[in-house]
Amino acid sequence: MGRFTGKRLLWLALLAAAALFVAACGRDEDEGGGEGGSDPGITKTEIKLGGSYPFSGPASAYKTIADGAKAYFKKVNAEGGVDGRKIKFVTLDDAYEPPRAVQNARRLVEQEQVFALFNTLGTPNNLAIWDYMNQKKVPHLFVATGASDWGEDIKAHPYTIGWQPDYVTEAQVYANYLKEEKPDAKVAALYQNDGFGKDLLGGFEEAIQGSNIKVVAKESYEVTDPTVASQVSKLASSGADTFLNITTPKFSAQAIVAVAKSNWKPLHILNNVGASKALVLTPAGLDNAKGIVSTTYYKDPEDPKWADDPAMTEYKDGLKAFSSRSNPNDPFHVYGWGAAQTMVEALKNMKEPTRAALMDSVRNLDQEVPILLPGIKVETTPDDGYALEAMQVQRFDGKRWRLVGDVVESER
Amino acid sequence: MTRERKLQIGLWAIGAVIALAVPFMFGPFRVGQFTLVIAYAVAVLGLNLLVGYSGQISLGHGAFFALGAYVAAILIAKEGFPHLLTLPIAGAVCFAAGLLLGIPALRLRGLYLALVTLAVGIAVPQLIKRFEGLTDGTQGINVLQPSAPDWVPLADDQFLYFLTLLLALPMFLLASNMVRGRVGRAMVTMRENEIAAKAMGVNLATFKTGTFAIAAMYAGLGGALYTFSIGFVAPESFTLTLSFAFLAAVVVGGLATITGAVFGALFIEFVPVYASDVNEALAGVIYGAVLIAFMYALRDGIVGLGRRLIRRASRPSGGASVGTGRPRVGASEARRET
Amino acid sequence: MERFVQTIVDGIATGSLYGALALAVVLIFRTTGIVNFAQGEMAMFSTFIAWGLLQAGLPLGLAILATLALSFAGGMVIERVIIRPVEGGEVLTLVIVTLGLFILTNSAAGWIWGFETRGFPSLFGDDSVSVAGVDIAVESVGIVVLLLGVVGVLFLIFQRTKVGLAIRAVSINPDSSRLAGISVGRTLMIGWGMAALVGALAGALLAPRLFLDVNFMGGVLVYSFAAATLGGFDSPFGAVVGGWIIGVTENLAGTYVDFIGSDLKILVPLGVILVVLLVRPSGLFGSPEVARA
Repeated sequence: MGRFTGKRLLWLALLAAAALFVAACGRDEDEGGGEGGSDPGITKTEIKLGGSYPFSGPASAYKTIADGAKAYFKKVNAEGGVDGRKIKFVTLDDAYEPPRAVQNARRLVEQEQVFALFNTLGTPNNLAIWDYMNQKKVPHLFVATGASDWGEDIKAHPYTIGWQPDYVTEAQVYANYLKEEKPDAKVAALYQNDGFGKDLLGGFEEAIQGSNIKVVAKESYEVTDPTVASQVSKLASSGADTFLNITTPKFSAQAIVAVAKSNWKPLHILNNVGASKALVLTPAGLDNAKGIVSTTYYKDPEDPKWADDPAMTEYKDGLKAFSSRSNPNDPFHVYGWGAAQTMVEALKNMKEPTRAALMDSVRNLDQEVPILLPGIKVETTPDDGYALEAMQVQRFDGKRWRLVGDVVESER
Repeated sequence: MTRERKLQIGLWAIGAVIALAVPFMFGPFRVGQFTLVIAYAVAVLGLNLLVGYSGQISLGHGAFFALGAYVAAILIAKEGFPHLLTLPIAGAVCFAAGLLLGIPALRLRGLYLALVTLAVGIAVPQLIKRFEGLTDGTQGINVLQPSAPDWVPLADDQFLYFLTLLLALPMFLLASNMVRGRVGRAMVTMRENEIAAKAMGVNLATFKTGTFAIAAMYAGLGGALYTFSIGFVAPESFTLTLSFAFLAAVVVGGLATITGAVFGALFIEFVPVYASDVNEALAGVIYGAVLIAFMYALRDGIVGLGRRLIRRASRPSGGASVGTGRPRVGASEARRET
Repeated sequence: MERFVQTIVDGIATGSLYGALALAVVLIFRTTGIVNFAQGEMAMFSTFIAWGLLQAGLPLGLAILATLALSFAGGMVIERVIIRPVEGGEVLTLVIVTLGLFILTNSAAGWIWGFETRGFPSLFGDDSVSVAGVDIAVESVGIVVLLLGVVGVLFLIFQRTKVGLAIRAVSINPDSSRLAGISVGRTLMIGWGMAALVGALAGALLAPRLFLDVNFMGGVLVYSFAAATLGGFDSPFGAVVGGWIIGVTENLAGTYVDFIGSDLKILVPLGVILVVLLVRPSGLFGSPEVARA
């Protein structure tokens, strides 16, 4: 072993610095453009999409959305891709933290040079990046959140669009249902204290204006709370006869059990995110969930009605083939699968391989997505930024969800 | 000048060169990451003053970071303040907040102080939401990033990097002077033996509260720089995870060191991302394991390791023969025996 | 009036949940002087193991007993392998190690079992009785009784057995204990094992109510720290009582104090921590820290 002198160390360090220089070798400016006239992220053989999801952290339960989407893209690739282009979906973890979402967006756009961002999850995360995305003129598509922001603001953020029926639409469906079934309802509401909960509750309160329905009690909770039992207890003693349950899966289960254990027997309305039989009702106890009303817009993998449905079969087979560890009954897989279908449709309808053409296609969609309920279509126009605006009421009969009535369109 | 000193200066020079070269070596995304590292480093430096030098533990440092970030965001986005002006304001507000927290902290030590600061760290997202009239609650606040003025031949991200570096440098110099001087000695004495410090005339109350305030101020400045860099603040951005990350950064970088802040900040910014790149599902396992491994191998942090290497490298050539030989059995050795 | 009593009963029920985890936290502190930030995650991991055993077909009682045994062993292993290398060192190093353990365990559980919510059967069934218009769940009563039982057993262990004596000795003065012939390493391992066991029990008690998922202990941990602080960090009885007081206070405040409402409920345990630490740091039942002046 040689002499480890100070001088040597200095030279070594200088060498390392020089190596760094050479390795980084000048600066890679972004917007390098693709071949002749087309945008980054799209070549004759490949389309690169980027996504930021919570693969870890408090919202990690939603990562199965990414799994569903990836499975669909893989299936499309196995069948030849879109116009001969295979889809590469690069996903990054943001642990549901806005600063990481910002960095992921920058990395995907500037380093990975994606063609578009697809299905980024979470309201705060998308709010953190939409200015940047629109500034860079990169399509920011089919974001995985039901906030109404994405459809409201087309002029200021033309490159951003949502997918799922937004929370305000959902709230309107509940309001309509009550107006027909229980016009004098006294409603007690439990809501998550964030954009999702407030959006839904706010939409509901607006939709019931002018009717005899009243919200007589409201309780909120944080995702960091261990349990919502005490909130439910308070609502139970409010004298309300209807329970509007705006919660995410774990808390939905807790609330269902809490209501079942109490003496309170309200009409129980549960929001769509918390209505999964596999994720919520089964742990909570199917008997406890009897009579609960909710909404949906896609086919339920556990509903025997769709057992032979070609779209459902395609979904289940596809999931098994391309994401074998995944549980097909987890509705978030269906969600991802469906959103991916719209993404592929938008890509197919592109007139040129450019971002501008993609946005044009995105703003003029008229698509029947087979995994969605019959009668619900993806429809956009340059003035209408809401892709899905219809839902259908469903009621749980103790064994499965049963669709009720007709598809209800939003009143926008 | 001793060999060791020459080596140190050499390394400093290399470090400075690298720091200045970064914006020209990497693309905007990476440069943005390094800009964020600088912002974190300022906050971590403050925490190191508190935890490393004065020996008071804080698990809620993220709270002051959030406060600074929001002060900057609200002033810029809602009141139209110029970016630079928000820095001293954020610093002042956080200094005051640190004083407020420092006063009850006087009576607490160790575990108890940790718990109180933990409580503060946890309450932050809630409080942000509660004051939504001011903070826009869960909607968050979008802030325009400072852009390069026309007469500067730099891209926006490069400009922001240099701006952040320029603003952070005086903070580091100030801290460095503080710890080398009377203040630093008082802090360390206080940490090792409060009674002795008191006997030597150190006003414990002033120093303890003062250190809290200074640490808070640094965090606030870091927060404001963070707002410039990320351009968005929301309650979800400032959870307990952030406070834990700052603490980890202090220890990984090196307790009671100034440059440790930079290494610590690099660690907490890049390691989770790398872990996630290796394996999305196992990212946390990797990160946690790396953190634990660091505690085993590098108890005095990266800077501690660096110092040891420098010392060894600057020994007269001939290596470990005469004089060094077997390590002497000192206090640290005895402890390891246990 | 009924509302008031119901609020208190609910508070005691929730408080028992906090107290259960607080017991584990206190145990570690009492035996090793460390606050283990990873306690909740370890308990969660144990609960998932129990869940796995249930899925494999074991009856509930057996599954829980097996999990308790496994957790005891696991706690010992963690102390020996992960904590021992940094024991006796800087407090901060230990804190960071437990933080690293927290992150690691949480992520490992997610990787193994996924992130969905799961149900967990209750040891005491789902019935509730109505006493004078107030609903009391049988489960809540069962939990309270069980917790008090555990406190009693711990008391006996600490006061009447050699192991307990060793633990007490080591926690006060490891060097003297070594000189007296006590195997410090083994005692520490037992302490961690016990804490892990109690944590696993807490998990089994909490999961039916809170539902089992990777993050279900996260929120509870803060409350448990508050409970332990209130009761005294080295008093198991204090931990349980502290939990009740916090549960009741939080419920009462949430119901009757408008400014608090449900979103600032977290301020209650935090406020408790602050007040207790300023007024009486050793808590209600803890032993005051004696510093040689």
